[in-house]
Amino acid sequence: MSAVKVRGLRYRYPDGTQALDGVDFDLADGECVALFGANGSGKTTFVLHLNGLLEGEGSVEICGQHLERSTLAKVRTQVGLVFQEADEQLFMPTVLEDVAFGPLNLGLPQPEATARAAKALEQVGMSAVIHKAPYHLSAGEKRRVALAGVLAMEPRILVFDEPTTSLDPPAQRDLVRLLQALPQSKILVTHDTGFASILATRAVFFEHGRVAGEGTVDEMVRRFHWSHV
Amino acid sequence: MHHLVIEGWSHRSSPLHARDARAKLGVLLVLLIAISTTSSQLSFYGYALLLAVAIGIARLPLFGLLERAVLLLPFIATFTLITWWSGQPVRALAVFEKSLLSGIAALILVATTPITDLLHGLESLAVPRPLVLVIQFLYRYLFVLSEQAQHMRMAARARGSRFHSAGSAVAVLFARSWERADGIYQAMLARGFAGRFYTVSATHFHVADAAFFCAVSAAVIAIRIAL
Repeated sequence: MSAVKVRGLRYRYPDGTQALDGVDFDLADGECVALFGANGSGKTTFVLHLNGLLEGEGSVEICGQHLERSTLAKVRTQVGLVFQEADEQLFMPTVLEDVAFGPLNLGLPQPEATARAAKALEQVGMSAVIHKAPYHLSAGEKRRVALAGVLAMEPRILVFDEPTTSLDPPAQRDLVRLLQALPQSKILVTHDTGFASILATRAVFFEHGRVAGEGTVDEMVRRFHWSHV
Repeated sequence: MHHLVIEGWSHRSSPLHARDARAKLGVLLVLLIAISTTSSQLSFYGYALLLAVAIGIARLPLFGLLERAVLLLPFIATFTLITWWSGQPVRALAVFEKSLLSGIAALILVATTPITDLLHGLESLAVPRPLVLVIQFLYRYLFVLSEQAQHMRMAARARGSRFHSAGSAVAVLFARSWERADGIYQAMLARGFAGRFYTVSATHFHVADAAFFCAVSAAVIAIRIAL
């Protein structure tokens, strides 16, 4: 069974921009796939569909379950979305409350939600800041706490939108190690081909809202001249 | 950012911080009613003394708190001046004192109660959930607005200009804040938000909370009647 199966996905923004124009995509259990493409090529719009934040035409199946209004709540527990701007994901007064936000929304009792949050924070090495305000953390720490907030929901699929944005090289290295240790299926939306080549076994290239090609990271970099030099 | 500082204070520990949000909300309500129905100058001194004791017990920084209370002055001054110009200087002074004391009392409440506990308290006191949600979002998006304003001010300075609160700048500020707030809302939805905030700390109304409510309310009523 595929972790994600998308067929013929189309989406047009209210301003008339055709962001997705018939996307087919598969993600196997435990697989890590990188999504490449120019800004505005539809990568972020695509991943927002996996969590039901956007609703386009076509079909989206998550862990064998067709995504529709009646399955939305369950799908959101299975797809953890880590946003590009960690600041947007951290909105509660303390790190603990923020990480426990998802589990509490799942209806878990307070002690269990707190335990899950503490475990997720330990997993990302952020137990020391449990009572701090998220706004006072560094960019790398915020990224880790945002990830903990998603991990606390125990999703089967993790989606990262530009995970290396505003991280310095040591923080990027830490993030690579952290992601390598996570067993979930992963989708990385990134421009960082070096980062993707370490983690992803496959890459998909988006162009004008369509999948223009797929293969290994190196193949995609060569085929689409997707490098700095 | 002022609200972040106050939020930091609310997570400290003191006998006043330890009291249940509902008990503190109840006391605030009694105090506000007493202040608004008082006209005796001596009573105002009594309430001020009570608030000073509360600040001391909560170990809140006095000057920091007064600095934040100053933010209320433009609003208080408006009503005071209107009353003064209408030929009632004594009443204007009372308006000033009542507004300032009420503002400081509310500040003490938010400086000693984490926002989630406060909203949970409001909800369990049967305040309509839509109103509680509006307060919660207003509070959350406040930092978005101030952060965007800071970024725009810095960007303007970097280009050798000054950030004015001109109509166009304010429009851009709101457009950018709207975008940011939408991002936050999307992130909340992605983590299963369904219109209700939960708190990680279990709230229990203890005997000490009841005693606190009764004792402070009695003191407020005594000041109101005796002075």
